[in-house]
Formats: sequence, structure tokens, C-alpha cells
Amino acid sequence: MRVIIMGCGRRGSALAAMLDSEGHDVTVLDVDAAAFSFLPDSFGGTEIVGNGADEDSLRRAGIDQADAFVSTTRGDNRNVMAAQMAKHIFKVSRVITLIHDPIREEMYRSLGLRTVSPTKIVAHSLKEALLAEESAPEPSLGGSDALQGGNEG
Amino acid sequence: MYIIVVGGGKIGYFLARQLLEDQHEVLIVEQNAEKAAQIAEELGEIVMIGDGCEAATMERAGMGRTDMAIALTGDDEDNLVVCQVAKHKFNVPHTIARINNPKNERIFKMLGIDATISSTGVILGLIEQELPSHPMIPLMTLKGGGLEIVEVKIPPDAQVVGKPVKSILLPQKALITLIIGSDGQAMLPSGDTLIQAGDEVVAVTMLDSEDALRAALTGAPAPQRY
Repeated sequence: MRVIIMGCGRRGSALAAMLDSEGHDVTVLDVDAAAFSFLPDSFGGTEIVGNGADEDSLRRAGIDQADAFVSTTRGDNRNVMAAQMAKHIFKVSRVITLIHDPIREEMYRSLGLRTVSPTKIVAHSLKEALLAEESAPEPSLGGSDALQGGNEG
Repeated sequence: MYIIVVGGGKIGYFLARQLLEDQHEVLIVEQNAEKAAQIAEELGEIVMIGDGCEAATMERAGMGRTDMAIALTGDDEDNLVVCQVAKHKFNVPHTIARINNPKNERIFKMLGIDATISSTGVILGLIEQELPSHPMIPLMTLKGGGLEIVEVKIPPDAQVVGKPVKSILLPQKALITLIIGSDGQAMLPSGDTLIQAGDEVVAVTMLDSEDALRAALTGAPAPQRY
């Protein structure tokens, strides 16, 4: 699968590395060349400096031939604009975008974008962890378990 | 009318001032507290500090009862989202966005933003108009229907020089509506009006016939627009 990933921060680079190691053809796009240092040395994909919410940059990244586009930057607005360009202008068949604000996430999902909300997922995981801890028997809350929990957070 | 303006820069400020003069109810949403204070000092308490892209901010601003939302920030992605949230979450009947990168006009139109103003495009067009030789200038994009008004300056070596309007092979969806002679006189052409070198021909055309129209009038291959 030919995938373009917009944003090479922690999340974008982790996704890029995963897909690359599984044999997909990955191109990462970031406005800051320094961001590519998040990628592992073994990364065999393409790195392109450019703004994903810009038609020309998307073309340079090969969007005309892409099977999938994922926007992963911190900026919700940049993410949805780029995703909508990929979907509506370049007709990429699989488009997924991160949206941190749950309200905007819901709205864009209802407009037909495939969205992922880190806020919701994290809140959900935190709640699960909290409730699991609450229902666990008393002794497991003390000592090394509690320390471990602190390190993970 | 109640109008919400997102972005309190120069354009936002002057627009709000004009709208207030015209007796509209106006609210500017501006993120920068300093800018907001400055506007409030000059125009009164019509400013709200906040991120105009946040639905919560929009709610507080009364987006649900506004007649029009105008997004004027310097970032196209923010302007797009303001208009989309206004439209789809708050059912605002009319949304207007400023576009900084002229290329983005297409995606804004595709996504249903009611009107777009490309500040860069407008300024470029006005400057181009003052240049001695300009092949074709988009003057205005008409709402709906994909039509635009363009101006074409007839070069001395064009095939059409000395020929009547009716003999020009125009693309199907284009119409010559006005001819401004090199003496500055404007006239409504008939089929028999002769085209002269240096004439500025104003035409209405479908966006996708633009290049064909240019070729027909200037006799030269169409260069890239931006």
C-alpha cells in the first residue's frame, strides 16, 4: 500500500516506522526537516519537507498515486483541511485524520471523514485503568505496582 | 443582521467598523488579548477573546443565532474550519472565508463555503491590471455556476485584430460583454464591432473555458495562471 503520512511527530513517525517495517511504501511529509529525526535509522520510506495542507506539496509527495493518506499533526484544522484535500481533490480512497477536539471530531465524522480522536482514546484508557485499579484487591495497590503505574504515566 | 467575524486583524477591524456603521450587530472573535483590547478600545465591547475554531467558543459567541460568519484569519485551514463548523454544527446560513493561498479557492468551493475572497489573488489581479502587458486577468468569480469575469488585453499580433466580434471563434461558454478601447472608452459591443490592438476585452466565461478564450483572443498558447 502506498501511504502518505502528514506530520512526522511522535505519532506520525511511529506509524510511518510500523508501516515501513511491514513492507508498505511510506512517504512522510512535515514542514520541519528536523522532525524526521524521530524516524528510526532503518526507515526506508521517503521524507519530504512540505505543508500537507498545500496542493503542490501533496503532489510532490505523490498523492496522485497514493492508496492512503493519514494526517497526524497537532493542528486539528491543518489535519482536516489536508484530509479533505486528499479525499475530495485527489480522490484518495483511504483517508484518516487525527482530530483532538472531540466536538470537531464528531462533526467531521458526520461529514464522512474517517477520524481518530486521541483525546477520547486517552480519556477512555485512563478511565479503564482507573476502574481496573479500583476493582482490584487491596494488596495490589501498594508497593511495586503503584510505582510501576507512576512510571507508565 | 448579527454577524460574527473571526480574526481581528486589519481586515477584521475595518470590516467590523463598516458593519457597525451600517447598523449591524457585530462580534469579533480574536485569540490575541492585546489585539482584542485594542479593538475594544476603538470600537467598544464587540470583541470576544477566544479561539474561533473551537465549537465551545462559537457557542458562547452565539453562533447559533448568527446570520453570517466571516473568517478572516491569516491561516486558510483555520478559516475553512470556522466556516465548516459554523455551517454544519450551527446551521449558519451564510459563510464567507478569506483565502490567503489562491490555490485553496477550489477546495473551499468544493466543501461548500458560500463565498471566498482571495486577498492575495485580488491584490495580484489589481497590480497585474496596471502592468503594460497582461494577457488575461480574472476580475471576479461569480457566485455559483462556475462562471467568472475576465479581462483580456488584445496584443498587436493577435489574429482577431481588425476583425468583427461575430467572426471570433469563442469557446462555447464564453461571451464578450464589454470592450474598453486603448483610449479608455468603454462600449457594449455588437457583432459588427471591430477588435483593435490594445483593446481590453471583458468577457464572461466558464472557469474551464478560460484558457480557450485566452487563446482565441490573443492567438497565443495559454500560460499557467499562477
